[in-house]
Amino acid sequence: MSGPVSPRLLRSLLPPLSLAAILIAIFYLQPRTMSYFGLNLLLNLAVPIALATIAQMFILCVNELDLSIGGFVSLVACITATWLHDTPLLGVAALAGLIAAYAGLGALIHLRNLPSIVVTLGMSFVWLGLAVLVLPTPGGKAPDYIRALMTLKPALVPFPIIAAVGLALVVHLFIMRSAWGTVLRGAGGNPRSLERAGWSLLRIKMTMFALAGFFGVLSGMALVGLTTSADANIALRYTLLSIAGVILGGGEFVGGRISPIGAVIGAMTLALAGSFLSFLRLNPDWQIGAQGAILIIVLALRVLISRAETRT
Amino acid sequence: MSAARRLLGQPWLWAWLGALAVWLATAAYTDGKGSGEVLSAALTFGAFFVIVALGQMFVITLGPGNVDLSIPACMTLAGTVSMKTMGGAAGMIPLGLALALAIGAAVGVTNFALIRLLRIPPIIATLSASFIFQSAAIWWNRGLRVKPPQPLADFTTAKIAGIPFIAILVIVLALVAHVVLTRTLYGRGVIAIGQNMRAAHLAGIRVERIRAATYILCAALAGLCGFLLAGFSGGAALNMGEEYLLSSIAVVVIGGTSVAGGFANVPGLWGAALFLFLLVTMLNTFGAGAGLRMVLTGLIIIGVIVAASGGTRKT
Repeated sequence: MSGPVSPRLLRSLLPPLSLAAILIAIFYLQPRTMSYFGLNLLLNLAVPIALATIAQMFILCVNELDLSIGGFVSLVACITATWLHDTPLLGVAALAGLIAAYAGLGALIHLRNLPSIVVTLGMSFVWLGLAVLVLPTPGGKAPDYIRALMTLKPALVPFPIIAAVGLALVVHLFIMRSAWGTVLRGAGGNPRSLERAGWSLLRIKMTMFALAGFFGVLSGMALVGLTTSADANIALRYTLLSIAGVILGGGEFVGGRISPIGAVIGAMTLALAGSFLSFLRLNPDWQIGAQGAILIIVLALRVLISRAETRT
Repeated sequence: MSAARRLLGQPWLWAWLGALAVWLATAAYTDGKGSGEVLSAALTFGAFFVIVALGQMFVITLGPGNVDLSIPACMTLAGTVSMKTMGGAAGMIPLGLALALAIGAAVGVTNFALIRLLRIPPIIATLSASFIFQSAAIWWNRGLRVKPPQPLADFTTAKIAGIPFIAILVIVLALVAHVVLTRTLYGRGVIAIGQNMRAAHLAGIRVERIRAATYILCAALAGLCGFLLAGFSGGAALNMGEEYLLSSIAVVVIGGTSVAGGFANVPGLWGAALFLFLLVTMLNTFGAGAGLRMVLTGLIIIGVIVAASGGTRKT
């Protein structure tokens, strides 16, 4: 593999290329989507998924895994559609409390040296249970300002694209370019050396979990802004989507190797994969299976590229 | 004194104590009424948990990152295909069982091929593959619920002296697994790989062969569980495996097996499975609603893990 393109470049190009491939396929199958309105419709639901994926990315960055993010986003959606709408003060307090709870989880996992998979698995029950308690039957109403924000119709470029680009850039600047971000990522790469250098790993883990909680809250609010009402199971599939999104975007499970831009692209690719499959008029029985197959194909491509990378 | 200390150090102890405490609390609330029936139900449902948890335990013991998330899909696929093939005919039971096990083995081979050939982390590999298995199950079954053959249904609900027969069977299975884990080359290999894969390799253990066998074993057990569960619950449903994703991992960890790998414990599986079932029963008895029940289940699982983990970080 000594082509004109270096494997390293190819590797970083893989996420955008996958996204482009799936977009082109959709445009080909359904040319009408190639419009302001069509893109808006296609990418709308990608915004909350992208936010949840960024949340998951912060957790993966410190070598942990969050299996509760789907339940968490559901709970936020339920709170947003009820308390935040009816009694804003209580709603804001509850959401702030949830972010604090996430930071607390980070502390608990770090201090007691617990496996994050198991703790977050337990928490997924807790979040879902709380969501059922807050909103026993589907319903509620999105606060008007969130609804207004999510249905913005800016000139020329559809809102979901602006939101996605903005999100990717802000998080990229913070975690990849700032001094703070470098320290935070270092906690995933080499925690011991970071600790020797005098940083508190506890504080770093709490910060990362709080950030994840913050973006989880944003995700839930954005979701309710789109759907206008909530139910307790609304975002359960986000757990798997967010993990897959980070990995599709070039992130790794260990070592603090993450890419916010990749994660957002990965989330959008996954969100579009669903639409693509329905445009294909694929037998609905195979829809989920095809999503799994797409994931496997992209990962297989990445392995091929990595192999070429080690060879050169 | 030292015997007592050794007993307290047993990793399975907490799960069993928890199960006992929860059962006693339920019995106290109902003045002992129906606590025998509760125990019998716990043994039956616990048996299903233990079958999948045995496989999951071997996989998790392989070391960090090893976990099989395709268990629910594998159960559903094995359950639906075997039920449809048997079509309720008693004579087809051996074929159905063989088919369920074969599907499980095929799922395991697929999982491991993705992990080994494509170098996909096991979590993502088993997850993506499970989507495909789930789709295959939906496509095969078309929403029909085929009744299991009567002898199979009778077998899964039979009792000997009040003890569910299936529980006895799974206790024997667990004993076999315990011997395999602690006394055979394979089991020792699994533990060694979990402690240090490189050292195990240098010691001459065929690492990849053992990993392959473990993933296949885990999926075959999931297939078996799907077969038996479909027989028990009057047919295979597409969501029959759902709760087994979380509970298979929870049972393994609460049972005292290390999530970081390299240390497994079979007796704890039974304790943890009974504990989980009895916990939900207790909350039901207390009249807790679905929401509260889930919150408490989650908090108690975390509480048990915090209590059982013991070691604070030494830094």
